[in-house]
Amino acid sequence: MRKTAAAISLGIVIAFLVASAFLIHPFGQPPSQMDDYIIENSQAETGTNNVVAAVLFDYRGFDTLGEATILFTAVTGVVMLFRARKKGEK
Amino acid sequence: MMMSKIVRTVSNILVLLVFIFGLYIIMHGHVTPGGGFQGGAVVASGAALIIVAFGSQNVQKRLKEHHLSILESSGALIFIGLAFGGLATIFFYNFLVGSPLFGHVPPSGPNPGDVWTGGVIPLMNVGVGLKVLAGLSAIILVMALTSSGVEVEE
Repeated sequence: MRKTAAAISLGIVIAFLVASAFLIHPFGQPPSQMDDYIIENSQAETGTNNVVAAVLFDYRGFDTLGEATILFTAVTGVVMLFRARKKGEK
Repeated sequence: MMMSKIVRTVSNILVLLVFIFGLYIIMHGHVTPGGGFQGGAVVASGAALIIVAFGSQNVQKRLKEHHLSILESSGALIFIGLAFGGLATIFFYNFLVGSPLFGHVPPSGPNPGDVWTGGVIPLMNVGVGLKVLAGLSAIILVMALTSSGVEVEE
């Protein structure tokens, strides 16, 4: 029973791998036009030479906001863990 | 717990270079590779050097943990305030391009680079850099203090 389940799941994984090898988009042709747009227009739109900074802080600024929130939560958690405890508090 | 005089003297000299390099990475984040996160991590590594060399209890006399917390929160406020500043068009709109503050627009394609460009991006880099350097320094300081047996106030 377990051998049959393992064989079936292995067959499914191999089928996905073979299918993705045939269905992959051609080399050098990205599936979206967004990167070409950003590379061509980021200097004029954001005035930034560094396209990575333009993507991080302008086009995908909301993602950076989430990253900053993650850091804030991490610092809050560490300080809360290592803070002084009052007497009698566990 | 303080390390020997040689280590203290060398780290006294070295930490200035580390801080200057970190601030350079933060301020040039929109021209060269780097930015707020990376430069803040470099500055926090300088703080770690100072804490290792001089001992966390001596550092704590000059650098309180809640001051770092205030610095981190102000960095986050700078960042999200600049994000709200462009709300007349859209959230995170770059409203400073073309204005007198960081308003130059570089020519398209390869160019020598100009620090006075980028609109809100250098200011956001400063905000995120403040946030990361204060946050990571606070983590290092609190952990070092706790491992040396001192209970952190606040």
